Amino acid sequence: MSDPQEYRDSPLRPYVLTGGRSRPTRNTLRVDTLLLANPDKPLPVSASRQERALLTMCTRLLSLAEAAAHLELPVSIVTILASDLVDSGHLQARSGIPAASSPDPSLLEEVLHGLRKLR
Amino acid sequence: MVSANSADRYLPHTVQQPVKILIVGAFGVGKTTLVGSVSEIRPLRTEETMTEAGAGVDSLAGLPEKRTTTVAMDFGRITLNERLVLYLFGAPGQRRFWNLWEGLAEGAVGVLVLVDTRRLEDSFEVLDQLELRGDTPFIVAVNRFPDTQHYSEQELRQAMDLLPETPIVECDARDRTEAMDALIALVQHATELSRARKVAS
Ligand SMILES: Nc1nc2c(ncn2[C@@H]2O[C@H](COP(=O)(O)OP(=O)(O)OP(=O)(O)O)[C@@H](O)[C@H]2O)c(=O)[nH]1
Ligand SMILES: [Mg+2]
Repeated sequence: MSDPQEYRDSPLRPYVLTGGRSRPTRNTLRVDTLLLANPDKPLPVSASRQERALLTMCTRLLSLAEAAAHLELPVSIVTILASDLVDSGHLQARSGIPAASSPDPSLLEEVLHGLRKLR
Repeated sequence: MVSANSADRYLPHTVQQPVKILIVGAFGVGKTTLVGSVSEIRPLRTEETMTEAGAGVDSLAGLPEKRTTTVAMDFGRITLNERLVLYLFGAPGQRRFWNLWEGLAEGAVGVLVLVDTRRLEDSFEVLDQLELRGDTPFIVAVNRFPDTQHYSEQELRQAMDLLPETPIVECDARDRTEAMDALIALVQHATELSRARKVAS
């Protein structure tokens, strides 16, 4: 049996985790994208330990960055894992502002109002 | 660590829309402190891999020279109302981290540039880059450290060669209200720019 600590520190590990890919299948997921597991869709037995861990983490709503931090995995890896799980319908994504655009005035006013109320 | 506070780790299910603000500044300028002052969760830390900015081209092989590094990034969260949540990401501002924070700035409400008056020059690169980008609203927040000389706004503007339209605020990053006021000033600025842009189009 290999030492799990040693395994985790290996530079090859992230590559293995994501099935040899270094890019997510979709570009809509961002650090602030909110993730929520689909309770009606259990994972197949073939799912990886990391996919299971991510799905379990997202039983309730949180952002991709938070999931990465709690799982102690790099954001880039969680983005790839989450993309696959969104594609397969296991994970629901609530996205932020698309990269090419900026928030519209009414959304910004809502942010402003929220901050002022909490001040 | 994974099991700590898991009860209040999550967002209400009603939240539909995330927005983000970036806190950028030189080493030790108070980014993590500011995030911690306003965040409803203990600031979290993640790693982001990025390709080094300004990587040259290996002319012999004809392949772009790719160098990936890992950068630690702190962030916090403020739930603004039942459908809206704000994330605050702190990122280092130096040139070699541009790919990281420019990626984060995409789609962001805006960027808060945190500066320390004892090392103003450390913020020149990031300010240049933001002025050049043009599309991301930003303001300058001067983090007030004790034993630092006081400068007037005019002096600070001049020293940083700020554009006249770029707002500048002062704050103590350790103080929640002052840190909130800096965020409010940024969002206010972003709102005005966005309204002006809408009218113009
Ligand atoms: N007096 C004073 N001290 C501050 C203030 N903000 C930060 N500090 C202190 O300055 C030090 C650096 O602050 P950090 O928040 O870690 O700075 P940072 O920008 O996150 O630093 P790096 O992540 O290392 O680049 C800490 O010891 C803080 O307690 C401030 O407004 N006033
Ligand atoms: Mg920090």
